[in-house]
Amino acid sequence: MSVNSLGRELPETIGGHKLVPYAGPFALTPPDSCVSSKRKLALLRPGESKMKASIKDAILACGLRDGMTISFHHSFREGDMIIGQVLTVIRELGIKGLRFAPSAVINIRNPSIVDFVKDGVIDRIEASGIRGQLGDAVVDGLMDNPVILRPHGARPRAIESGALDIDVAFIGASSADEYGNATGLIGPNACGSLGYSFIDAKSAGKVVIITDCLVDYPCVPTSISQQDVDYVVVVEQIGDSEKIGKGAARVTKNPRDLLIADWAAQLAAYSGFFENGYSFQTGAGAISIACTNYLANLTAERGIRASFALGGLTAAIVEMFQRGLIRTIQCSQCFDAVAARSLTTDPNIVEIDNSVYANIFNKGSMVNKLTFGILGALEVDTDFNVNILTGSSGEMMGGLGGGPDVAAGAEVSIVTLPIVRGRTPSVVKRVFTLCTPGETVAAVVTEAGIALNPKHRNYGILKENLEKSRLKLVDIEYLQKVAENLLGVPKPIECTDKIVTLVEYRDGSIIDVIRQVKRL
Amino acid sequence: MPGKKLKRTSLYASGASVVNMLQAVFYNQDCIVYDLEDSVPLDGKDAARFLISNVLRRHRPEDKHIQIRVNGIYSIYFEEDLEAAVRARPDALRVPKVETAEEVRTISRKVAAIERKAGIEEGSIKLWCTLESHIGVLNAKSIAEADPRVEALILGAEDFTASMRARRTKEGPEIFYARNAMLMACRAAGVDAIDALFPDVNDVEGLKEDAKKSKTLGFDGKTAIHPRQVDIINDAFTPTQKEINYAIRVLDAIEEGKRQNKGAVSLDGSMIDKPIVIRAQTVMALAKAAGIKIGGDYYER
Repeated sequence: MSVNSLGRELPETIGGHKLVPYAGPFALTPPDSCVSSKRKLALLRPGESKMKASIKDAILACGLRDGMTISFHHSFREGDMIIGQVLTVIRELGIKGLRFAPSAVINIRNPSIVDFVKDGVIDRIEASGIRGQLGDAVVDGLMDNPVILRPHGARPRAIESGALDIDVAFIGASSADEYGNATGLIGPNACGSLGYSFIDAKSAGKVVIITDCLVDYPCVPTSISQQDVDYVVVVEQIGDSEKIGKGAARVTKNPRDLLIADWAAQLAAYSGFFENGYSFQTGAGAISIACTNYLANLTAERGIRASFALGGLTAAIVEMFQRGLIRTIQCSQCFDAVAARSLTTDPNIVEIDNSVYANIFNKGSMVNKLTFGILGALEVDTDFNVNILTGSSGEMMGGLGGGPDVAAGAEVSIVTLPIVRGRTPSVVKRVFTLCTPGETVAAVVTEAGIALNPKHRNYGILKENLEKSRLKLVDIEYLQKVAENLLGVPKPIECTDKIVTLVEYRDGSIIDVIRQVKRL
Repeated sequence: MPGKKLKRTSLYASGASVVNMLQAVFYNQDCIVYDLEDSVPLDGKDAARFLISNVLRRHRPEDKHIQIRVNGIYSIYFEEDLEAAVRARPDALRVPKVETAEEVRTISRKVAAIERKAGIEEGSIKLWCTLESHIGVLNAKSIAEADPRVEALILGAEDFTASMRARRTKEGPEIFYARNAMLMACRAAGVDAIDALFPDVNDVEGLKEDAKKSKTLGFDGKTAIHPRQVDIINDAFTPTQKEINYAIRVLDAIEEGKRQNKGAVSLDGSMIDKPIVIRAQTVMALAKAAGIKIGGDYYER
C-alpha cells in the first residue's frame, strides 16, 4: 500500500500495472515522447465506398477481436441507441474480453451494460463515471478488473499517452455523408457538439460513423472529417431525441438552489476578478444554470463582457451570448437542444475538441484560461476536497466530468452545493471518494454561507475583496458543523478490501480508489 | 425607535415539511413563521405540531424572530395548536382571521394559562394578529389595543378582498383604505404594521413596486410567500445610502444647533422640525438593525 499526498491509501500495483499516487495538481510532467496513436495509413481509390450495409459488416471490416478496446461518445446521453446496438452485434459475433471506453457516463438500460459484462463481452471499463444499474453492480463487485474513471481532460491525455489505445471508435452522428464527413449538429436526432469524439477519430485504429440521416456529400457542417473515417453505417435510429435533450433545460424554482446560485454569481462579481474580458464555465446542473442567469445580469449591470464561455453549453449561456454579454462560446458538448442549434447559427459559437478543452499534457488547454469555474458536488470536506462520484451509501451517482480540470485551471473555482441533501450532510470531515483536490478549490458556496479556502493560490485577493461585500463568509468547519447539527453524523460506509474503481486525476496519477461496498 | 429589531420580512415554513423548516433558517427573512394552518393538510396537524416543537427544541434559529401560525380561533384545531405552540416557546403566535378585541383577550388568557402550566414567563409570548375581513379592519384599533401581548397587526389581503366582494389586483386600490386604516390603528396603539403579501412569486418588478408602496405608506414589513421574495422586500425596507446620508446631516445639524443653543435649526434652507428628526432617527435605527456599517456614534442617538 502507498499513500498519496491527500492521504488516500492505494495499492502500489493493480493487475500488474504500477499505480502512480497523486502528488499535486501539477506535480507530474509528461515523459519526453511522441503522442501515441493507432491511426493507420489507408488508401481509398476513387469509386471505392466506405458504406457498410450493417453494424456487423463494419465490425467485421474493422477486424475487431477479443481483448480490443472500443469507444463511443456520450452525447446522446440517456437517449443513446448506438452502444446497445453495437454491443449486441459484438456479442452475436462471439467477441469477448473487450475494454469499453466511452467518453463519459453512460447509463443505458435496455440492453444493460451489466449483461455484457456478465456475458464476458466487456471485461474492462474506462469512463468518466458510471451510474444506475451498472454503477450499482460495479460497487457490488461485478468486475474482476477495476473500472478506471477519468475526468474529461484525462481521457485525451490517456489516449495520447498510450494508456487508452482505442482499436475501434464507433461514433454516432446525427448526419453524415457516405464518405464519413459527420456532425451532431443537424438531423432529426441532433446531439450538438461531437467534441469528445475528435480525439477518438484522430487516434483509433479504425473509425466507424453510425448515422440515421445520410446526407448528400459533403456533409456540412463537418465535425468529424472523412480523412479520419474508415466506414459508414446507416441504422434506423441512433438515439431517442426525447431523451437527448429537448428545448431549453428548465430553470430551477427551488429557492435553496437559487440562493446558492445567486451567492456564487455574487462571489464571482465581488472577487476582484470580475472585469471586462473575464471567462467562465458553469455547467448544466440546476444551480449552474441559475448561476449563469445571475452572472449574465451582473455582467450587464457592470457594463462588461465576458471573453468566452467554455465547456458544456446550455440555453442559459446561449441567451447570455445573444444579449451580447459573451464574445465567443467554446463548446465541447451541448446539454440541450437550444445549445445544439446555436452552433449552427453563429460563427462565434465554436465546437471544440475535448483535448483542447481540458487535456493537461497538450501544451496548454483552455481551462487554464478560465477566470471562473462554477462546479457542482455531492460532498465537500473540511480540506475542500470534492466528491462528485459517490452518494451517501457509496453508490455511484455521477461522473467526474470536467470538474477536476476546471478547478485546476480557473483563477476562481467555486464549488456549489446544498449543505444537506435529504437526510445526508454534504459538508463533511472527509469525503467518501476524493475526486477534485481541495488545493484547487477556491471557495465553497452553500445556503449557510461561503467558505474561502486559505490554501488556494488566490485566497488573499478573494478574502480582501469579498470581505468588503455583503456576502456571508464563514469557515468550512462552520459549514460542516451546521450540517452535522442538522442531521448528525451518518454511519460510515463499510467496504471490503476489493478495489472496484480507480479514480484518476488529470495527469494519470491515482487520486483515490473506491472499494466494494459491504451489503448487509 | 432606537434599538428597533427588524421585522421587514416574514416567511412561512410549513410544519408539514421537515426539509422546508430546516431550509428556512438559511434565508434572510427577519421573521420565520412555522405554519400549522394553510400549508398543513387536515390529517397532518398532529404531526406538524410535533415537528415544529422538535425543530424549535433542536434547531431554533438564533437570529430570527420566531413565530408559529396557529389555525383560526373557531377551528377544531385551535386549542391543540395553542397548547403545542406556546410550549414550543416562539417569540410570537400568528393568529389568523382576528375580528374583535374580545377574541384577542380570549386568546391571551388561554396563552397565559399554558404559560403558567409550562413554566414560561407570563406575557412573554406575543401575538401577531392577522386581519382578514372588513370587520377585522374596522376593529383594527381596538384589536391593536386589546392586550399588551399584541405586537403587530398583519393585513391579510386575499380574504379581506373576498369579504369586500372586491377583485384583488397587483396595483392594490381595493386594499388602499384597509392598509391605511390598519396602519393608523397600529401607530395609535404603538404596535408594528405588517403589510399584505404579494402573491405573484414570478413578478419581481411587481413585488419591488408593491414593497416600495408598503414602505412609503409606513409599514414596518411585509409577509413573503416565497424565499425569492425575501431579499427584494428586505431591500425595500432597508434605508438607502442617500436616506442614511440625509439622516446623518439632519442629526449633525441638530447637534450643532444644541451646541450653539439655537432654538430653531435649519438645513439646506429648510427648518428641521420634530418629524424630520424622528424620521432621521428611524432611518438610523433601521440601518443599524440591518447591519449597515456607519462610522461615528449615530446609533446611540
